[in-house]
Amino acid sequence: MLTLLLRRLVLGAITVVIVSLLIFAGVEALPGDACTAFLEREAQGALLEKCRVDLGLDRSAFTRYFEWAGGAVRGDFGMSAGGTERIATLVTDRLKNSALLAACALAVGVPLAILLGVITGLWRDRPVDLILSTSAILAMTIPEFVSATVLILIFSVWLRWIPGIVVAPADYPISAFFPEIILPIIVLSMVMTAHILRMVRSSVIEVMASDFVQMATLKGVPYWQVVFRHALPSALLPAINVVALTVAWLLGGVVVIEVVFNYPGMGRMMIDAISDRDLPVVQAITLIVAVTYVGVNLTADILTMLLNPRLRTYHMRRR
Amino acid sequence: MSGVAQARSSGRMQRLWCVLRDVAARPSGAVGLSLVGFHILLAALGPWLVPYDTGAMSSGEMLETPSMAHWMGTDHLGRDIASRVMLGGREALIVTGLATPLAMLWGGFTGLALGLAGGRIDEAMMRIVDAFLSLPGILILLVLVMTFGTSNAVLVPTLGFLFGIPIIRVARAATHEVIARDFVAAARARGHGAMTIIAVELLPNVRDTLMVEGAMRWSWMLLAFSSLSFLGFGVAPPTPDWGLMIADGRIYMSLALWGVLGPVIALSSLIVGINLAADALAKSLGIDRARKAVI
Repeated sequence: MLTLLLRRLVLGAITVVIVSLLIFAGVEALPGDACTAFLEREAQGALLEKCRVDLGLDRSAFTRYFEWAGGAVRGDFGMSAGGTERIATLVTDRLKNSALLAACALAVGVPLAILLGVITGLWRDRPVDLILSTSAILAMTIPEFVSATVLILIFSVWLRWIPGIVVAPADYPISAFFPEIILPIIVLSMVMTAHILRMVRSSVIEVMASDFVQMATLKGVPYWQVVFRHALPSALLPAINVVALTVAWLLGGVVVIEVVFNYPGMGRMMIDAISDRDLPVVQAITLIVAVTYVGVNLTADILTMLLNPRLRTYHMRRR
Repeated sequence: MSGVAQARSSGRMQRLWCVLRDVAARPSGAVGLSLVGFHILLAALGPWLVPYDTGAMSSGEMLETPSMAHWMGTDHLGRDIASRVMLGGREALIVTGLATPLAMLWGGFTGLALGLAGGRIDEAMMRIVDAFLSLPGILILLVLVMTFGTSNAVLVPTLGFLFGIPIIRVARAATHEVIARDFVAAARARGHGAMTIIAVELLPNVRDTLMVEGAMRWSWMLLAFSSLSFLGFGVAPPTPDWGLMIADGRIYMSLALWGVLGPVIALSSLIVGINLAADALAKSLGIDRARKAVI
């Protein structure tokens, strides 16, 4: 068990190192650097050279990688290309806003998805399952900007209940984002509910058909006790990984939704940085998003290991 | 020799036909296939069917409500919305239609090769694949498009490359399920080369999984393509494109409803159609798609 955990941790760390190398090499490979972006096209010769020396871009890529990666470990991503603001302070506000949106969407989506997933799994191929499963495919596949636009059309343009866009800037307190945040929460939780629901459904169907559940049923255990005591603990285990993927997706900036609703999170910051050709910011955001992805998945894997009934009994037997 | 090859290929066609018939026999498959077929036909024949030139602006007829002349009304530049909706999927279908097979080819082949190779190479390559998967795909796409432009010559290889990476994982996992079987060991004992084993022993066994995966990736690629246009980084303005039309039409939503509703219905019906067909295909081939659903 311990070796399994350690192995998983080491693999995660290796992935993070490779990711940082990929990002650094990728940005290096792009034509132009922070100086050409900052000084625009007219910069040539001496001015460009001076800027490169000032920003330390004349040193070898090797040195700069270690400096950048070392800074990132300490939470320091350097300055944005404009040279005016620290990337770390810029990112903190945006990350907080993305986390707020993610937390709200998860609070709505996960319980709903598990409930509906269990219902569709237990009543497989009945009308309730057909209706919910079909709606799930629709919710999952219709592009986010389409469902967002339709919601804005209904609730903001026709009914005039909720404003269609967020006007508060990134550094405002959480309360400033209500009630505008409701529509993006609805769109996000629709998509994630659909994904988690499908996973839970197929997992419930599989576990309900498994030997140990059949055994419990044959021994005369009442149906609902079979469901709650025997089936669900195993059936919900795979859901952890899907939830983790959802969390990573939400924190990584749901670019399109944040643009549609003008929400000042990581996704909008990404788009702005790319439009401004602000490579240091792009580099920092990519690394943060990638590390979040690896971290959340790692946590999910470890949680699954700890909660897995098979590994648990093994552990207890040894004690 | 040629007779054998012919017999084999006719058998293959027959199986494809059987699968297709089975997919069409399911309600979701029938709906999905007709939606996809309709959109492909529309994209192919659209240029001869549209009532107006999609770029023709008319300053006297801006933001008109639906009428006999313009049955979805006109947009903020006085262009006929119905014509633009009919042709709005062409670019998306051309680009994703080329990029999806590309992604399946390179992702599938790499996955099969890694699964067959195993050991250290496999382990090391998978770490790189994991690293790529943890990067936000839309960000890579945006950076590349910003740098190299939005021509199809850039979009097709970029989308093909990015969407091939998750296919590597799927193909490798599918290969692992067959690699331990006796017929692979037998082929190795007969001294067949890696390419022969991949083509003759492995590919037929992972083909179904790859086909379902490819159908799924196609719909996601369409989603990525239209998101890119929606964000203003995709198709260049005079060309009609649903994502772009929705982005433009949003501003005038309360005045010209169909400028948004038209492309919304068109894009959703195509993507839902692909997914319904993919779902039915998965069921026909006996593959559990929900388990592979990764955001």
